[in-house]
Amino acid sequence: MRQIGAIFRRELTGYFVTPVAYVFLVIFLALIGALTFYFGNFYERGQADLGSFFGLHPWLYAFLVPALAMRLWAEERDAGTIELLLTLPVTTTQAVLAKFLAAWVFTLVALVLTAPIWWTVNYLGNPDNGVILASYVGSALMAGGFLAIGSFVSALTRSQVVAFVVGFVLCFLLLMAGYPLVLDAFRSWAPQGIVDAVAALSFQNHFDSISRGVVELRDLVYFVGLIVFFLFANVTVIEMKKGG
Amino acid sequence: MIVTEHLCKRFDTLTAVDDLSLTVAPGQVLGFLGPNGAGKSTTMKMVAGFLAPTSGSASVCGHDVADAPHAARAALGYLPEGAPAYGEMVPHAFLRFVADVRGLRGEQRRRRLDTVVEQLHLGPVLRQPIATLSKGFKRRVGLAQALLHDPPALILDEPTDGLDPNQKHEVRSLINAIAPDKTIIISTHILEEVESVCTRAVIISDGRLVADETPAGLLARSRYRNAVTVSFAGAATDARMLLAGLDGVSSVEPAADGHSLTVFGTDGLDTAERVRDCARGNGWQVQALRTEGGRLDDVFRNITRGAAG
Repeated sequence: MRQIGAIFRRELTGYFVTPVAYVFLVIFLALIGALTFYFGNFYERGQADLGSFFGLHPWLYAFLVPALAMRLWAEERDAGTIELLLTLPVTTTQAVLAKFLAAWVFTLVALVLTAPIWWTVNYLGNPDNGVILASYVGSALMAGGFLAIGSFVSALTRSQVVAFVVGFVLCFLLLMAGYPLVLDAFRSWAPQGIVDAVAALSFQNHFDSISRGVVELRDLVYFVGLIVFFLFANVTVIEMKKGG
Repeated sequence: MIVTEHLCKRFDTLTAVDDLSLTVAPGQVLGFLGPNGAGKSTTMKMVAGFLAPTSGSASVCGHDVADAPHAARAALGYLPEGAPAYGEMVPHAFLRFVADVRGLRGEQRRRRLDTVVEQLHLGPVLRQPIATLSKGFKRRVGLAQALLHDPPALILDEPTDGLDPNQKHEVRSLINAIAPDKTIIISTHILEEVESVCTRAVIISDGRLVADETPAGLLARSRYRNAVTVSFAGAATDARMLLAGLDGVSSVEPAADGHSLTVFGTDGLDTAERVRDCARGNGWQVQALRTEGGRLDDVFRNITRGAAG
């Protein structure tokens, strides 16, 4: 626990002593603000809800979160600090968890900073704040899922560019898993069961169902399971490279 | 105490470390030598727990690196090759981070932090990002990190690389000062370092142990041991030929400086006397004459080339 705390603090402060944090926060907030108002027709919808705002989250995350996660392990390997980190009295699992949690808390900070849009909608009308809260929870979980994928990919390579590109493609495919783009690739040859299974992996479907205000167990299990799976894979990759 | 038993590491077809067994006792400073790619760093990485051995085992202070990794790492201070550190951090924050992970607390934490900062003269750069520091300061930050928890065992991969002569001297003095109650392994390319800090020298080549002696023992293997290097004032053109013809002299070679001669004797200590007599007899004026103690670089070349060939 002590080790997780120490690495977590180092990672989180690390974001703020480099431009990473500020660039990420500014771009995230600017994009999400602009897109909500211009593409999401925030006013024209005439509804006091944040549907157009949350609808953008998966798409923004698909490329911003891999950008955040790409450095997690690739940078350590490239700079050689991974050797320092993993010869301290910490287990690989502790290191993976601490890094993931720090990155996740950082995305939660970004999410919290979108609060003005929530105030705005409350000022303009009477939105269902329960639905908004559920959507925030769903968005946080989805960010965690993307991050776990990004962290895993980052452990595979010493190049941050490769980590970003592969992470982005993986996240994008998982996001599109419920859409014809991905499903058609399976429909031509795979039985319906597999097509359904692929569709069930879609980030979008699970996030949509949470952001309707219904936090169902299966959606929670999906996101938590996804995070656990990719973090486990992350630990395994690092352990395998030790044996290499 | 650091022990390796039949340690092996293979990468695909390359055998980096081949059946290496070593026992380093407290109070010993083992100089780990070998050409680049001989397997020094790989061995150190395995003892530090960063690489898993293909076969064999390693332990630090009785804790097996594979079975009790936590205890083994807690007992070890490790300076990895190139002294990696988080470049965006300042040494102050970096050392506190390492102290936190190592579980140093309260008074002890403060005392150890102060001690290593003082020992390695990091005071002036404590608040400067590590990425902007000179090579020498980076190396010393890495050393500070390794010494921070006052470990009973230390593995330092090229601790003085990139330091200027004064800094090298300081780091060697530091190692000598802490050596009596610690088990220390250092790898180095600087052979004079072996003579100044090590009590034992191990040479590996192609992953195999090829020599394990005291530095003096290694020196004794040198063909330069007790050879005599002499230079004469003025013209002594036939000196080389005449010296080579003396009894008890096996050969005479021009020395590296271009004007001296190195005389190799067959029976060691009397060579200087013979050279002096010969000079007197021929009326040469001796400008300088010294008996060689042996040259480590020469021993190193012979041993590692012999093993490679």
